[in-house]
Amino acid sequence: MTRYAMVVDTRLCIGCGDCVIACKTENKVPDGLNRDWVMEATHGRYPHLGTEFRSERCNHCAHATCVQSCPTGASHYWGETNIVQVAPELCTGCKACIAACPYNARLIRPEGYIDKCTFCVHRVEQGLEPACVSTCPTRCMHFGVLDDANSEVSRLLASRDSYCLLPETGNEPQVYYLR
Amino acid sequence: MKRREFLKISTALGGAAVLPSALLSGCAEPPAPPGSGKVTMTPTICEMCFWKCAGFVHKEDGEPWKVVGNPEDLHSHGRLCTRGTGGLGAFLDPDRLKRPLLRVERNGEQTFHEASWDEALDYTAEHLKRIAGKHGPESLAVFSQCFGAQHFRHLARAYGSGSFAEPDYAQCRAAREVGFFLTYGETIGSQERTDMANSRCIVLIGTHIGENLHNEQVRTFTEAVGKGATIITVDPRFSVAASKSKYWLAIRPGTDLALLLAWMHVLVTEGLYDKDYVARYTLGFADLAKHVAGHTPEWAYLETGIEPETIRRTAREMAAQAPATLVHPGRHVAWYGDDTQRVRAVAILNALLGSWGRKGGLYIPEQVELPEYPLPAYPEPKTTWQDAHGGKYPFAYSGVTNELIGQSSGPDARYKAWLVYEANLPVSVPAVAEQIRQAAADLELCVVVDTMPMEVTGYADVVLPECTYVERHDPLRNDPQRRPSLALRVPAFEPQYDTRPGWWIARELGLRLGLEKWFPWKEYREVLGWQLEQVGSSMAEMERIGLKSFPRRNAEYLAPGEAYAFPTPSGKIELSSRQLEEEGFDPMPRYTPPEVAPASFYRLIYGRMPAHSFGRTTNNPQLFQVMPENCVWVNPLTAGDWKLANGAYVRLKNQDGVVSNRVRVRVTERIGPDAVFLVHGFGHRTPRMRLTDGVGASDNELITHIRIDPIMGATGMRSNFVTFVGDEA
Repeated sequence: MTRYAMVVDTRLCIGCGDCVIACKTENKVPDGLNRDWVMEATHGRYPHLGTEFRSERCNHCAHATCVQSCPTGASHYWGETNIVQVAPELCTGCKACIAACPYNARLIRPEGYIDKCTFCVHRVEQGLEPACVSTCPTRCMHFGVLDDANSEVSRLLASRDSYCLLPETGNEPQVYYLR
Repeated sequence: MKRREFLKISTALGGAAVLPSALLSGCAEPPAPPGSGKVTMTPTICEMCFWKCAGFVHKEDGEPWKVVGNPEDLHSHGRLCTRGTGGLGAFLDPDRLKRPLLRVERNGEQTFHEASWDEALDYTAEHLKRIAGKHGPESLAVFSQCFGAQHFRHLARAYGSGSFAEPDYAQCRAAREVGFFLTYGETIGSQERTDMANSRCIVLIGTHIGENLHNEQVRTFTEAVGKGATIITVDPRFSVAASKSKYWLAIRPGTDLALLLAWMHVLVTEGLYDKDYVARYTLGFADLAKHVAGHTPEWAYLETGIEPETIRRTAREMAAQAPATLVHPGRHVAWYGDDTQRVRAVAILNALLGSWGRKGGLYIPEQVELPEYPLPAYPEPKTTWQDAHGGKYPFAYSGVTNELIGQSSGPDARYKAWLVYEANLPVSVPAVAEQIRQAAADLELCVVVDTMPMEVTGYADVVLPECTYVERHDPLRNDPQRRPSLALRVPAFEPQYDTRPGWWIARELGLRLGLEKWFPWKEYREVLGWQLEQVGSSMAEMERIGLKSFPRRNAEYLAPGEAYAFPTPSGKIELSSRQLEEEGFDPMPRYTPPEVAPASFYRLIYGRMPAHSFGRTTNNPQLFQVMPENCVWVNPLTAGDWKLANGAYVRLKNQDGVVSNRVRVRVTERIGPDAVFLVHGFGHRTPRMRLTDGVGASDNELITHIRIDPIMGATGMRSNFVTFVGDEA
């Protein structure tokens, strides 16, 4: 499996939501739904505070419980990679994947099928970065192949302290946050 | 993928058996991947804020798809911000103004009648002619904002008016420009000349880059953060920038000048200032040293609440990184009525650090030498906005909105007609609600040009609907910046509904007013084409590339020891200002303590959020989804005192008894217990903007007390206090 990863530098993220609008316009996501979102976490007591912003989405897990739980094969890996896709023509809207996803990363389209972040594979195929990454005005987001030690994402993860969300699930999430 | 094949066969059965209400066999025809149709790109200049990033409107099979930044553009480096990325929402907004509207009286009640363009333009021109004959053309006041205003200022100048005012002046950055102009002989400008990408230390005072999503400002600030620059943020609120800072100074609101004077005190008394720079380029250092002698960190502690040791340590950090230390000039600086003087203190502090004209401080911007399209000189207006100021504000460089509005009612009113372009006065100008109502009753003509049915259209006799920026040509963008460039806005779509481009509306009015010699062209692209040819380009080239860069003529920094004459009267950086003294003002920034909040009241702090540009974008259907409403930020201690639950609705009542719309409470540590914070631009009262009408609270309505800067007319807005009342709605 070729592992694609996204790396978000929380030191730079300002929580502006540009990634959300970029995804919605690029992927024509219907009104009221979004495939990515921004979290704000504040800790401490005034005036001794820390705030972290995080752009979150499907973690494209290397052991994706959504793929395992899908009874129809609609949720599947894109080729021999960790990029999780949903094939609308196979999806029955049963929502097993929604129950199986630890990240609440899936949404129901008005047409009835399940939708989610695709890592913009239609762009990745053309050698482009996902829309959110290429739009971010702070350049806090990075995308690439984790198995290539020289890729930007590998170098960032090697040189900076990082974490994933809910690693205890064993899903092996592939969206990383730099501290 | 064998497993997938297997499951595919079982799909229909499993799905039908388990969930009969869901899809039986999946989506019949899966949507094609985005961009797989025929994609076309049209150059544009974003109009979602004043930053004006160049980009490309993408259409897929003729349908609107997305807007993406132009990689050659230094305003954005190819990355539009949240608002710019959502720009097509302005085009797609179903609540747009669609047809010209004329106020008519039917059965004793006033209402709008949908008119043809001929009807609306004839009406407007007829009344403008009558008013020019009766009161003189100088009785027309023009209120404008945004890039397209140039067409209407041109029309008004040709008509003979000399009265122009923009909320951008008195309500926003003018005190900054005047403060720096008095000190350096030059202003900061839009596309601030800050060299943050190279800064080793950045000081932000009440300016919240991050919430302020000014593209290049955010990019360079975050680049500095990434490179480990020392960030010092002064803000009573734990802003986004504060969360990126080594030092967050949670200052007592209104005491910034005390902190600035104490910082100068430390630099001067400890000899940490740039002695060569100060000796070579400045005037009045001895006066300054004397002035700051008493302003010790211990004195400032009592005013600001910031520990003396923190004041000393941060001053030393600034000096250690100088001249690559930027004390940021800010942008919206109309706070307390002494704003020019406070900004002067920022300007002087930068001079002590030697940062003006130095790498990592403030660079020297350039723009393209672009000839104006040849037109006859405008008639000389008998009176201008300066007369409206009546001798006040000697250093004003543009009209003060509040003054012009205030002189638009009563029998002796200076102004009998208004032309309002994209300036939603009731929401963007504080403490003038009553004057606007009075003016609306007394004006002989009120013309509003806008794309949206903003509140101000409700006061209009004529509403002229402009098409949005992706449907029109506008003047070339030629902003002073690091590398000169020209950018072009080209229509990607035909004007929708019965809307028209601003240049067309202005020209049609001009022709009807007999001003054809100022409109000798038929299409605005003739003007653009002529200008482009003067600089070796063409419409054909620019319609393809959208943005063209030009070489710099001079260096962007001062050379070491360079003999440089600043464009001030003395040719030096004026630490002590003779110009101010001659007009009866303090030559040095003098601190006055702020007003104290009445018991049970909290200082109202307002600001920006990245998803919206003031009140202009809250109805944008794309941006609405990211931020539909504002909340009032309340410290947990305050929330406990008032039993306010997170997410519950309250209303705010200010010191003058004005009560806001209902607004949700956000209980957060990010604001101190003596203040509340509200994002500006919400609380619209315009039913025709269906998404945003009545949603959230308006800070502008609660800002009934303004303190006007006597030097240049800025309307200080941070002296308002609010308390909580229940939501009985």
